[in-house]
Amino acid sequence: MEKFTTHTGIGVPLRQSNVDTDQIIPAVYLKRITRTGFEDALFAGWRKNDDFILNQEPFNRGSVLVAGPDFGTGSSREHAVWALKDYGFRVVLSSRFADIFRGNSGKQGLLAAEVAQDDIELIWKELENHPGTEITVDLAAKTVMCGTITAPFEIDDYTRWRLLEGLDDIGLTLHHEAEITSYEATRPSWKPKTLPAKV
Amino acid sequence: MAGNTAGRTLAEKVWEAHVVRRGEGEGAARQPDLLFIDLHLVHEVTSPQAFEGLRLAGRKLRRPDLTIATEDHNTPTLDIDKPIADLTSRTQIETLRTNCREFGVRLHSLGDAEQGIVHVVGPQLGLTQPGMTVVCGDSHTSTHGAFGALAFGIGTSEVEHVMATQTLSLKPFKTMAINVEGTLRPGVTAKDIILAVIAKIGTGGGQGYVLEYRGSAIRALSMEARMTICNMSIEAGARAGMVAPDQTTFEYLKGRPHAPEGADWDAAVEYWQTLHTEDDAEFDAEVFLDASTLEPFVTWGTNPGQGVSLSEAVPSPDDFADENAKAAAERALAYMGLEAGTPMKEIPVDTVFLGSCTNSRIEDLRIAADIIRGRQKAPNVRMMVVPGSARVRLEAEAEGLDQVFKEFGAEWRFAGCSMCLGMNPDQLAPGERCASTSNRNFEGRQGKGGRTHLVSPVVAAATAVRGTLSSPSDLDPVTNDAATRSAA
Repeated sequence: MEKFTTHTGIGVPLRQSNVDTDQIIPAVYLKRITRTGFEDALFAGWRKNDDFILNQEPFNRGSVLVAGPDFGTGSSREHAVWALKDYGFRVVLSSRFADIFRGNSGKQGLLAAEVAQDDIELIWKELENHPGTEITVDLAAKTVMCGTITAPFEIDDYTRWRLLEGLDDIGLTLHHEAEITSYEATRPSWKPKTLPAKV
Repeated sequence: MAGNTAGRTLAEKVWEAHVVRRGEGEGAARQPDLLFIDLHLVHEVTSPQAFEGLRLAGRKLRRPDLTIATEDHNTPTLDIDKPIADLTSRTQIETLRTNCREFGVRLHSLGDAEQGIVHVVGPQLGLTQPGMTVVCGDSHTSTHGAFGALAFGIGTSEVEHVMATQTLSLKPFKTMAINVEGTLRPGVTAKDIILAVIAKIGTGGGQGYVLEYRGSAIRALSMEARMTICNMSIEAGARAGMVAPDQTTFEYLKGRPHAPEGADWDAAVEYWQTLHTEDDAEFDAEVFLDASTLEPFVTWGTNPGQGVSLSEAVPSPDDFADENAKAAAERALAYMGLEAGTPMKEIPVDTVFLGSCTNSRIEDLRIAADIIRGRQKAPNVRMMVVPGSARVRLEAEAEGLDQVFKEFGAEWRFAGCSMCLGMNPDQLAPGERCASTSNRNFEGRQGKGGRTHLVSPVVAAATAVRGTLSSPSDLDPVTNDAATRSAA
């Protein structure tokens, strides 16, 4: 995974709560077996509407999405994160993220930064009054800067460390393979196995 | 798995029994624990990129014997003996088959008697058992918590992580008790309990928590009904929901293909009986619900928290104080084509969908069949019945339920996720309104422009008779003996 330290890019105000992953990427796009090439699928339903924010200059060039509370609810599809990244987003700001979405973001180097709703409202106003305003996100300092606004954000320390270092989860876990093997030896024999198959 | 259980909740006990390595540090700075995963369920949609990741890194699947796959999201529910018409769907299914062959994963393919929705298949084979950790690249993995397992959905990166290591790196969840006391009234079911819970705590209310459903109303429920409740924990924002195992759980499991036998059964039951929250345990949050006051519940909006009792009317955006909730209600009403103040029972539907991992088990089909038996379907309503698994379909056919549905004029389909998310041809047309026993009423979820009302199988069946959202109490009585059997 690429290291994430700071990012500066155009902010996109998405004044909506409960943006579920079916909106971020509709199910029809989940049939692909690749991990890239999902940029056309991002918000595919909403993008058919000319008024949608990503159909407007300069927001179509945005890389920091500023959304309402409960972003990424619903389906566990990591395709939602892939689609946001493929489109060009590096950061999503929201006052509350769904757990699975936040986890998936952390694995893929998309920063899900939790910003208080009051600050989100200020940033929305700034971005709407001055379209094209850039937002700078500093992961080490855990701050977001937009125009004259500086706001703190929350992210769990472990995810922050992994993003800053660009560390691969599986590689980290495999350092502890001996402990996994010892644990396996302690499991009761009656725990079910899928093989051989019984039907 | 022994250790000090004083003061522990069910979720904490199961968690601690699976810690391979405790995260260093304390409090907020504590690193994640490494947690062993007992069962990994796999389907075609969220696995191809994970298998590819293993291949690219030259890694093996660590425990094929703790992994099982089935085809469900893309599979057609008609003409299953023919090649899948949609080429991208077909490719995805074929990719799963190739991957399972290459990595030695047991797969139940379309046409196999054990094929079906992944969350119906695991319990029915007896692979889901109390005290286990169960994961799947699907948010409705919470279903398996009905057995007292810690079960939750994961993304594809985590799928790959489990494949390579049989573990997950996770921070402990907080715990929330959902106490449901009292007796449900006739016609009120588990689906109404969970929809009421979601409406009460909101779609983000359970975020960061494991929900434990407790109380006399939960104890009185069958395993199928408990699965319905745990299934929709994710709709309240919680990754997992649990019910402590009891005699109902053990009776459901006994004799299933992968349930322990003989001395193993005794050892397992002895352990399972320790899996309950201790009296001196404390939850991080508690919610109370009186089951005896609940009515059939139905959603009016585009998230599962936007629901009301069936006897109420469509709310007005002005009923919401919070600005975001008000805006969300406005948007939802526009999308749903509804006017504030319309009684829910006057809303006509085009389609009734009985299916999905929430409500497609044999009990759900029996309940619906009991209501429609001897009655006429409303002429303009299409009803689709999609059993959760090929096994459920066979069971229903052995009981003659397929005949009840067919005589009523419903379509009797093959097993799969079907119209819950419309990845196969089973989709709503733009503007089409559906009473659905599934779990998500998001915009476009069941087909672009489709309008979803989440309901119980009881309400689904009554709605198919009357043509508008209804409960059995709204129906004219039938004289046929079979049809008057209790619907509760």
